[in-house]
Order: sequence, then structure tokens, then C-alpha cells
Amino acid sequence: MERAVHDRGGWPTDARIDQSEHALADWELLSDALVGALVRAGLMNVDELRRGIESMPPGRYEQASYYERWLYSVETILTEKGILAPGELDLRLGR
Amino acid sequence: MTHHVGERVRVATRDHEGHHRTPGYLKGRIGTVELVHGSFANPESRAYGADGLPEQPLYLICFDRYDIRPDERAHARDRIYADVYEHWLEKVNEQPRP
Repeated sequence: MERAVHDRGGWPTDARIDQSEHALADWELLSDALVGALVRAGLMNVDELRRGIESMPPGRYEQASYYERWLYSVETILTEKGILAPGELDLRLGR
Repeated sequence: MTHHVGERVRVATRDHEGHHRTPGYLKGRIGTVELVHGSFANPESRAYGADGLPEQPLYLICFDRYDIRPDERAHARDRIYADVYEHWLEKVNEQPRP
């Protein structure tokens, strides 16, 4: 079985690992708080968060930043549970 | 707890459909139990909305870097540590290392 895109420990590469830090944007802080609130409310757990991230198409996974992956997962898990209707976020955002 | 500190164990090589926490690069590798963390809810079922029970023992396993990938960058003293759940560990029949 081929390893999924997130399971990348030990992949041989000569490329340097990008260890640069960046200041967190407001939406990133809010994303963190949102997941914390969802977990405390019992609506999702960290293992579901991970599973949602791992379900991303490999191309999107590679392009997405850390908290973009969180948001993808939150939408996936909450839609799966019927807490969000399919396409509800896009509708609310007028997209 | 099935395993004890100092015991040599092998990480199972089996595939797993769905979420699991066992890194692919450690599957089939042999390491040593460094620490018994205790028992924790199983993420493999918890990731799908279940309660993760029964709890599974979790161990800190120490691997020789050279055993994972025997290349020129592996220093003799380099180690890799990873947390692995008991149901991913197999007993190893080999003499303890001196």
C-alpha cells in the first residue's frame, strides 16, 4: 500500500527543510480557537481533525498551509456529521 | 502491559486503511521499549467518532538511526524515538544487546 501524503517521515530528500517561522495571522489564531471550542463542545476530537487532514487530495495537501489544513478538516468533519450542510460555508461567504 | 522497558520489539508491517498513528517508515523496524506511557484511547476508532475504547497501551520506542536508514549520514549514536501503540508491536526473538 502506498504511503499517504502526510506519512512522510523518512522520505529521502536533499532539499533543506524550511524551518522559518512566521507571525500568525488573525485567521490562524481564530482557527486554533475554533477547533478548541469545537473540541470542548464535544463536536469533534483531535483524531477526527487529523483524519480530516489526511483525507485531503495530495495536491491540495501540499499547497495548503498548516491552518488551511485545519479548516479543510473542520469543514469536512462538521459536514460529515450534518452540523454544516454541504456547501453551507461557501453559501454564507457568497461564493 | 505486554512489553517492558528494555524489550526489543518489531513494528508490524501490515497496511491499515484509514487513520492510524504508526509511521510508515518505522513499519517492520526493530527497536527497544524506552518507556511505558500508560494506556490511551485508540485514535484509529476515535478518528471516526467512536470513544476509542478499550484504551490501548502506548510505548515510547527507541530505534537506532542506522537501522532505519543505513546511509552515510547515520551517526552511530543517533537515535529515533516514536510513540507506538501496543497493537502495532510484535515480540522479537533475539538475544539482548550487550
